[in-house]
Amino acid sequence: MLDVYAPVAPLFILAILVGGIILILSRLMGPSKPHARKVATYESGMRPIGPAVRRLPVQFHRVGMLFILFDIEVIFFIPWALVFRDLGFYGLAVMGVFFYVLLIGLAYEWFAGGLEWEQ
Amino acid sequence: MELTWELVAFLGFAVMTLGSGLMVVTSSNLFHSVLFLMTSLFGVAGLFVLLVAPFLAAIQVLVYIGAIAVLMLFVIMLTRQVMSRPELYNQQMAGALVAAAILFLALLFVLTPLADEIGGDVAQVNAEVIAEADDAPDVDYITVEELGRAFVTRNGFVLPFEVTSILLTAAMIGAIVVAREDEA
Repeated sequence: MLDVYAPVAPLFILAILVGGIILILSRLMGPSKPHARKVATYESGMRPIGPAVRRLPVQFHRVGMLFILFDIEVIFFIPWALVFRDLGFYGLAVMGVFFYVLLIGLAYEWFAGGLEWEQ
Repeated sequence: MELTWELVAFLGFAVMTLGSGLMVVTSSNLFHSVLFLMTSLFGVAGLFVLLVAPFLAAIQVLVYIGAIAVLMLFVIMLTRQVMSRPELYNQQMAGALVAAAILFLALLFVLTPLADEIGGDVAQVNAEVIAEADDAPDVDYITVEELGRAFVTRNGFVLPFEVTSILLTAAMIGAIVVAREDEA
């Protein structure tokens, strides 16, 4: 029953091999003359200013969080969408209730300014 | 035990899951920990495929690796001091070991009778299942369509399905409230 996944195995092996070979070859064949400016963090050829590790604005967290939630919502839609023609009006009503509750959340988000980048 | 391709794949994914899980807790850089967590979650997705749950495996990759692990990376980068952890071990290690041992014994206690119930000789059962599967390829295979029907049928999961929307809405509101700048 799992034989259908057999072609994935060569893909896995090939991906690991290609990645490993590229890393090893570039280490073996590439010239290595380290220099203070060469090993410095690349910043478009400029002299790097300040630390590379900086705090991200909190907006990224909010966008990421909302992305996960909508991601999960879409995943609930996929199995339903595959059969919704057979389910008829009942299926539409069930998904309607599901969707309506989520619309409340979206409306709150919108009016609370959650979709704006600047607060 | 006979060495089948399924067994090889299972061992590969199990090593992947547990090995990267170990690296998650022992790596001194939190950022690396999350990258190892992604590998571990991918191993779990592989185990889902072996359990004939391809939809769950796809979602595992999509949601856990694609969204939740990336959000974890965001959260690590949001905070200034958390990027590296100087001390990996603290005084709670002994307690954690005891708790882990108790959990392991409890799982062993629960799962051993289940394994006995399925049949003491697992290889024998496997052979029977494989023999059956050759006649009827779709024995325990749950398709995504069946999942969709189960979501909406009255004696299926219609109530949990609707309650999920309330949970998601609550999480949505929570995400907005937590990330607000004013009333902190």
